[in-house]
Formats: sequence, C-alpha cells, structure tokens
Amino acid sequence: MNVSGYIGNFTAEIRRKARYVDPEACTACAECAQVCPVVKPDEYQMGLSSRKAIYIPYPQAVPSSYILNMEDCLGTNPIACGKCAEVCEPDCINYDDRDIIVKRDVGAVIVAIGADVYDPTEMDEYGYTRFDNVITSMEFERLICAGGPTLGHFVRPSDHERPKRIGFIQCVGSRNPSIGRPYCSNICCMNTIKDTLLLADHYPDVECTVFYQDIRAFGKSFEDMFQRSKEAGTRYIRGIPGDIEEDTETGNLTLIAENTTSGKIERHEFDMVILSVGVGPPKDLAKISSLLTLSKTSDGFFMESHPKLKPVDAPTRGVFFSGFCESPKDIKDSVCQAGAAASRAGALLNAGQVHIEAITSVIDADACKKCGVCASVCPYGAITWKKGEVAVVIDAACAGCGNCGAACKFDAITMRHFTDAQYMAQIRAILAEDPQDKVFVFACNWCSYSGADMAGISRMQYPASNRIVRTMCSARVSEDMVLEAFRCGAPVVLVSGCHYADCHYITANRQTVQRVQRLWNKLEKAGVRPERLQLEWISAAEGQKFAKVMAQMEELRKTVTEEEIEYTIEALKPKPRKPKKEKEAAAVAG
Amino acid sequence: MDSDPKGDGLRVGVFVCDCGLNIAGTVDTQAVTDYAATLPDVVCAIRNRYTCADPGQNEIKKAIAEHRLNRVVIASCTPLQHEPTFRTCVAEAGLNRYLMEMANLREQCSWVHPSDMEGATRKAKDLVAGAVARARNLQPHDDLSVPVTKRALVIGGGIAGMEAALELADSGHQVVLVEKEASIGGIMAQLDKTYPTMDCSI
Repeated sequence: MNVSGYIGNFTAEIRRKARYVDPEACTACAECAQVCPVVKPDEYQMGLSSRKAIYIPYPQAVPSSYILNMEDCLGTNPIACGKCAEVCEPDCINYDDRDIIVKRDVGAVIVAIGADVYDPTEMDEYGYTRFDNVITSMEFERLICAGGPTLGHFVRPSDHERPKRIGFIQCVGSRNPSIGRPYCSNICCMNTIKDTLLLADHYPDVECTVFYQDIRAFGKSFEDMFQRSKEAGTRYIRGIPGDIEEDTETGNLTLIAENTTSGKIERHEFDMVILSVGVGPPKDLAKISSLLTLSKTSDGFFMESHPKLKPVDAPTRGVFFSGFCESPKDIKDSVCQAGAAASRAGALLNAGQVHIEAITSVIDADACKKCGVCASVCPYGAITWKKGEVAVVIDAACAGCGNCGAACKFDAITMRHFTDAQYMAQIRAILAEDPQDKVFVFACNWCSYSGADMAGISRMQYPASNRIVRTMCSARVSEDMVLEAFRCGAPVVLVSGCHYADCHYITANRQTVQRVQRLWNKLEKAGVRPERLQLEWISAAEGQKFAKVMAQMEELRKTVTEEEIEYTIEALKPKPRKPKKEKEAAAVAG
Repeated sequence: MDSDPKGDGLRVGVFVCDCGLNIAGTVDTQAVTDYAATLPDVVCAIRNRYTCADPGQNEIKKAIAEHRLNRVVIASCTPLQHEPTFRTCVAEAGLNRYLMEMANLREQCSWVHPSDMEGATRKAKDLVAGAVARARNLQPHDDLSVPVTKRALVIGGGIAGMEAALELADSGHQVVLVEKEASIGGIMAQLDKTYPTMDCSI
C-alpha cells in the first residue's frame, strides 16, 4: 500500500490480496475445508485449535466467505492436491487469483490500525513458554467463549481439567520501563475484573486471586464492577509476583509475591495462572507513519496534533486518528474517538475546498543554474528537473520544508514566508546587542519548537540565555544562516529538529545532518571550535529534554571567550567575490 | 495583494500581551512595549491585557486603521496556538494574513524563566526585535486553495476503523475501508464478553 498527495487530494494505492475464493459466490458450505488435508494452528483461537489451509476466520467473519492461505496450501496443481476445488459446488475457488493494486483518490485519511497484544515470551519469569497452565488473557478469552475451542468449557491446557484456583497477574507488558513499556495499557485492570465476574458466574466454586500494582477502575460503572468482583469472592493482593514454580506432577503453579500491604513474602498455589497482558503500538505503525509522515510519542503510539485541543488530528493535515493506535483505550473510548475522527474528516469533505499555507518553494528561473540539487533533496518529489533544464516546483505537492532552499547554492530558491532575507534580518536583530550572552537556537516547527512549548506548558525552568528562531524543518537552516549567527557574535549555535527517523518531512533532516557536518568541517578549517555548533534531536513531547539541552548549551556558552568570538567574526567574514564573476558582471554592464 | 498599497513605507505595529499574569507576572511587559516603540519602522506599540480576547483583537484592528499599519507583530504566546487567530484578526482589518508575525513571550520566556525576571525580559525584548526585523521583510501571499476529493480512506477494520467508516458513510460520504486480515473485526472479534456491559463482542 502507498499513499501520496496532501490534504484533500491523497491517492492511495491499495493491494487487494488474493483470496483464491470468490467471496460473492462462496456459500460458506465448508465442503472445501472438510477435504483439505492441511492442518494449521488457528490464529483466531490463539493457536488453541486448528484450521485447514482453506478456512473461514470465524463463523461471523465479514465477508462471510472462505479464504485459501496459499502459504499453507499443498499445491494448486491437481496432482499435488486440488481437492477443495473438486468438491466446491459453486466453483468459486480460483488458484490463479492474484493480488491487484487498486487506486483510489481520497480527500481524508483515518488511521485506525489498532494495537498488538503483548507477547509475554520475553518475560520468562512467569514461565509462559515453560508451563502449560500459564496462559495469557487473550487465550482466556478463547477458552471461556462458547465459540472457542472448548465450546466455553473452561479447562486448563495440561490435563483438560477444570481449574478451581486461578491466579491473575496484572501489568504483564505494561508499566514496566525495563522492557520499554512504561505506560499503562488502560484496559487490563477492567478486563481482569470482567474475567473474574465471568468465572464466578460460570463456576460459583472458583477462587480467583488477582496480583496487582494499582487497580485502575476510573470509568463509568467501573468501580461498581470492581466491587461486584470482590463481593463474588475475588481476592485482590497488592504486589506483583517475582517468581513462579510448577509442580511437575500436578501441573499446579505457585506464585511467590511480596504482599506490599502486609510487607510479607507470600506463596500462593494455583491450578492455572493468567497473565493480564498489555497492548502496544502495532508493528505496522512505522510503515503507516512513513506513508503519511506521522510522528510517534515516546511510548511508540501516534502523536496527535495537540494533546488537548486536537486529540484526533494528526500533525499531517487531512489525516485523523481513531482507536488504539493513538493511545491505549477501551472499546467505548475507541467508538467515541471514531466518531470524533469521522466528524473531523467529514467537516473537511463537506467543505469541498481547503486552504494550503503559502509557504511553498519558488524557483527563480533566471538564477537557476539547472544543477538539479533541489530536485534530488526534495523528500516529496515535488520538484521536477531534467538535465539542462530549469527546475520546476509542483506547488500542490510542496510541503514547505525549505530543504531545497537551504541546499541551493545559487540563491535561486525562495521559500515563501520563510525567506533568507527574513531569517538574516531576524538573526541580526536578535544578536544586535550583547551577542556574547546568547545561545542562538534554530528549532523546527514540528518537534523542537513544540518541545520548547511543551517545556513552557509544563513550567520547566532553564537558563534564559537562549534565543529561539522557528524554521519549518531543521533542513531549512542553510549554512549561511548558521554562519551569519556566528558572524553576529553568537558564542553557540544550536540546530535542532525531529528525531532522525521521525522527521515530519519524511527524510529532510538527513540533509540537516549532512549540512551540519559540512559546517563542522568548515568551522574547523577556519580555526573555530566546531563544538560551538551543536545538533540535537528534540521531539514535541520532550519538554524535559529541551530544558536539559538549554542548560547544557548555557554551560557550553560559558566556555567561549571574547577572543574566540572576535576571531570567529573575522575568520567567517564572507570572502570577496571571485574576480571571474566581477569580469562577467563588467561584461554584462559593458 | 499589495503590502504597501498606500505607499506609506513600512509601518509596523507591535502588540505586547500580558496574558493576565501569565506573561506579565515574569516579563516586564511595559518595558518590552517601550523598547518595541524604539525599533525601526515601529509606529505604534501597545500593551494589552489579553490580546487574543475580543477587546485585544479590536485594539489591533483599530490601530491598523488609525496608524495605517502594514505590518503587525504580536508578542504573546506560541504561534502554534494563536497564529491562525491573529492572522484572521489582521485579515479582518484588511491586512494580508501573512503580514503578521509573532514573538513567543509566554512559552519561551515567562513560563520557563519565572525566577529570572531580568533575563526573561531581556529575552522578550530580543524576540520582539527579531520579530520586528522579520516583519519588515514579510511579503503578502494568498493561501493556495485546492478542491477536496469527497471520499475518505479508513486504514484498519477493527472497532475504531469500522465505527469511523460507518459514521462517514452515514453522513453520505464514500468510504474505502482497508483491512489487512481476511475479515474485518480486529482484536475485539476475538474477545468473549466485553466490559462494562458483559455482552458478546460480535
């Protein structure tokens, strides 16, 4: 799948995967699956039962049609197998089915790619891979479900006996910084409470014990459910088990946990242990993120345009979020957010017209030397260029990052509303008085400038020596802008942008790195300490980092002497124009 | 649109916002206003209690007419919050939207340097000087207006995607719903009962 374009005018290329079964003609009669000789674990049942190579994901699936998994299929050649096609009465199986690329123009995009449930294999202290009777909360769902592999008879995997003593461990894959998941997954407390109520309802003699850090039952009618669970006999023990032991004869499990209420180490024996697993960003997130130039917050979920005021808007205009991929939330909240995203997208579609900021790139055809550098650095392919021809900007495709403007060596590119003249005037004015006291900061609009705002909103304190200038992208910062700040006497210059892989303009900040590296070389050659030019990646969520970096910059500034600054101003003075150019100018004038 | 239709030369107006005490509690806004008045081409410098509120905006509009302003600098909060507000404000007074520049005195000065009033005020003056210098070089532009394709793409057919797609379809829009699995339904379809109602997920 690919998405190109911009607000109001996206083009999506979608791979319609081959099903090998015509969903219109399929009657879901199941004849095909009965003759299929291939047996595979059933993903829908969490691998607790099996399916065939040709199967329906679950009885209520939409579309209500069988599907052939070609990776599992023995072969489409009738000699190899071909049994399903033989018995299919409506003749809807087509081994030659192929993926098709479908193109659709759309005006708005809603991203609702959900979450991945945590796989506790890496947290081996709970014995998930070693002990049969340790299961996850997702496996519990299938085991208790009337449509599950045991038709709703709740049995434990080791001996198919019904467990009586059941232990739940909360926060498996949540609120655990050591595995890179410091956040609360939001749904697991309530899910476990629900599970204990279901068990009590099905089997009144069952004894449930829940090991938890905090029970978060904050939603409407949630506290009521929590109380009902306790009334039904569920024991809640504050403390997360540190170890688990299995009795190899009985398959029973003993959890060892510190009860933080009593302060004692306790041992509890269970017939079965359920890991209440958290949820995390889906593995497709990075791919969708690069398709639509989205960013993510430190927890790995998508970053919204504003945490309070634009909670469903993506930073990319025309793109909206719905559900788990933005942050962990339950069904009700997902439904609410879906409504909000649909409403935001609907408002855009209803308007019929959309305004785009006039911050695009303009090429001066007379000054253009036809070198094509601008076209090569444009992350959007918005500049077309052929050898020997003047480059041309496609206005509608230009996102206004300014990378081309900074890359053009011939001043042939003007960034509308963010021109070189404007920046130079701003730099000179800010550094006009006592420049030696100031750290000059270029901050990109989407991450670092927003990170500075975040530091402000959070009232984080840092030294007042810095002066911040906003650029749309760190790649807009030209070599000359940095040199001008030094020429005006700045002791320290900082260029800051989005984290390397999270550039709002796809890959533009790779050019930032190259440009800063060239500048470091230049400074070194000129006898200026290169570390006086700093490069930092600060995301919009990292107010704390912004404050920390500002303190570091101030420390660095204190190391820069008056003599160094004076020397720098001299050393970086623009060289007089080459005589050849003067000659040319004279020839033209003559 | 002409940036200087009357041929007056540059006429910059600077509006310094107290934001109640959010800015004025730390930054000496009167000193910043007085300093702004000394900057090149600044013909009026006005201090407001709340620039974004109606009285503040009306003062800007009044000053644009009275002083024939052709550039406006608003020294208040982050442009990420109120740039659209003030662009609309100057446009309502007949000025091109792009002839307005902001200096961020709240998120970048008062809120982060509360224990250094002098440093915060110095920084505020510099940011205003920078904004005025930039404003003097601003040019008018017209927003580009493009048509919107009346169709939406929803990526993901779980509960969040299905609901969004249905809502859009119910309001009369075409929707393309993309799901990578063989069936829509997502994780929710794998659940037995769901809280708080304890009913089936499917």
